[in-house]
Amino acid sequence: MSAEKRALLEGNHATAEGAIAGGCRFFFGYPITPQSQIPQYMSWRLEELGGVYLQAESEVAAINMVYGAAAAGARVMTTSSSPGISLMAEGISYLIGCELPCVIVNMVRGGPGLGNIAPSQGDYWLATRGGGHGDGRPLVFAPYSVQELYDMTGGAFEIAERYRNPVMILGDAVLATMVESCRVRPVPEAPNAYDHSWTLGSGLAGRERRIINSLYSDIADLEALNLRLEARYAEATERETRWEEYGADDPDILVCAYGISARVCETAVDRALEQGIRVRMLRPISLYPFPSAPIAAWAEKVKHCLVVELSMGQFIEDVRLAVEGRCPVSLQNRLGGVLLTPEDVLERLTTIKV
Amino acid sequence: MTVLYEPPESLTDTVLRYCPGCGHGIAHRLIAEVIDELGVRDHTVTVASVGCSVYAFEYFNTDVVQSAHGRAPAVATGVKRVRPDDVVFTYQGDGDLAAIGLNEVLQAATRAEKISVFFINNAVFGMTGGQMAPTTLLGQKTTTSVDGRTLEHGGYPFNICELMNQIPGVAYLARETLIDPRSVMSARRSIMKAFRAQIDGLGFSLVELVSTCPTWWHMKPLQAMQHVRDTMLIQYPLGVFKDPYAEG
Ligand SMILES: Cc1ncc(C[n+]2csc(CCOP(=O)(O)OP(=O)(O)O)c2C)c(N)n1
Ligand code: SF4
Repeated sequence: MSAEKRALLEGNHATAEGAIAGGCRFFFGYPITPQSQIPQYMSWRLEELGGVYLQAESEVAAINMVYGAAAAGARVMTTSSSPGISLMAEGISYLIGCELPCVIVNMVRGGPGLGNIAPSQGDYWLATRGGGHGDGRPLVFAPYSVQELYDMTGGAFEIAERYRNPVMILGDAVLATMVESCRVRPVPEAPNAYDHSWTLGSGLAGRERRIINSLYSDIADLEALNLRLEARYAEATERETRWEEYGADDPDILVCAYGISARVCETAVDRALEQGIRVRMLRPISLYPFPSAPIAAWAEKVKHCLVVELSMGQFIEDVRLAVEGRCPVSLQNRLGGVLLTPEDVLERLTTIKV
Repeated sequence: MTVLYEPPESLTDTVLRYCPGCGHGIAHRLIAEVIDELGVRDHTVTVASVGCSVYAFEYFNTDVVQSAHGRAPAVATGVKRVRPDDVVFTYQGDGDLAAIGLNEVLQAATRAEKISVFFINNAVFGMTGGQMAPTTLLGQKTTTSVDGRTLEHGGYPFNICELMNQIPGVAYLARETLIDPRSVMSARRSIMKAFRAQIDGLGFSLVELVSTCPTWWHMKPLQAMQHVRDTMLIQYPLGVFKDPYAEG
């Protein structure tokens, strides 16, 4: 095996290569901007590696192909963008209900409706509030660089398998299309499929038949599933909650931002620090589980918390729940596909009275 | 003592929940017998759908995955692509296949996906309470067409086999019924050929089984069988549309 290399990669391609490094050999998808480069790339790359790329007839079919492949024990991924993820909601719920692992990437674009193809974070609720009907949710991770798209997508397969639950990677149109230098691992030659006692097919001989199903006619059984999922999410909260902090050690202001907004805020924080504004940024990397504890801890100490997002106050709800009134929380956002600039955030920071 | 007749190994010994005279029970038995005869039970994956047959996962003694309403062909595609050496079949009602799931089944056929589909056409949504299906006959009373299906409101009944017949990816295609011993034996032969077409890698196969729903037709079982013969088979004529094993 050759060693780690550096490559200049577009976010979409990094997502695809990351998945491959993570053992993904099955991909079902449907084109939608700004992520069509992922299926395009997978179409030839998986063939080269002896895997399967299949262009589904719709996102509805794609997620159900993922469901079938996951039931049969494959490391499998689908990728889409906002309207496509709406269509997948039922399938995501079934995957959760059947305790099946898979990776779903959402390169979010502006909405509602057909919206536009510009960067947005308007799917925060869609991703973190269930992903589909019923009591359950995907685990959600939000990269902010091409490197993170690569690493997180690859790592997501392990996490999905550990919790037997779908993992969603929440990107956006900027991350999807920007080109950055990326450390690339060697591609494993024989990637692990899920080698679990529950997968279907390839021979009943010597074992009981297996059933993958989310119909629970007995109310007690369904409650048991709900509680089992909840216990898993509690474990994920312990083990998978991830965030990064940046800036002053003794801040007056805490900035909370994730994904592309955090990328913008990083520059704004640098400039604010130069001007003597004591500001610290906390960037949730896992959106579910949410890093409530570190936000609560900072909220005790700072005078103000500024939430920056490209949505109409979706992400701020989780921050407010974490802050629980310990300090004032305010929102800076742009919508409709408009990106905030570091200057916008810096200007806002200079106006906050501390 | 000689055992002349035994339940198929490919069915569990769970008591079927179907109403008396319902075609689902016969269809299950035939499919299970064929799986036994082909000797493929230990590498068959059943894809159950949504409808009265939602409990198929309890009945077929194979690995089973339960799929969302209409999505069985997509789920079967995912399974088959991962396990190309397994036999994969879906079991779907007319609401499931002809209404919500029409696209998935057409596209799987177009891809010549190597799966078999067993399509139970009882011209009604059984499970949800006897509502109109795409296959409901003109004039047929259902709980959402209380005076009978009219062209103005419900449009025409949907003939799936005639539609599927246009698709080159379909290797085996037949419409059968289950109303007497003779038709049951014929259905069994078609089910066998559908599986064989899959095993031989020829493409997609579908067998429509024109069936009964005595409960929502408000008929006694025998009357329902007679109704199939007198009425259903006029709209849905029996026949083998595509048969790669046909002689001559
Ligand atoms: C997305 C979705 N829509 C609707 C339903 C409700 N539903 C359950 S079964 C069914 C109709 C089934 O009819 P059919 O396929 O003809 O099977 P039958 O019950 O007649 O055997 C419907 C509409 C559902 N489960 N999921
Ligand atoms: S309602 Fe109709 S389709 Fe359902 S089990 Fe009863 S007879 Fe069969």
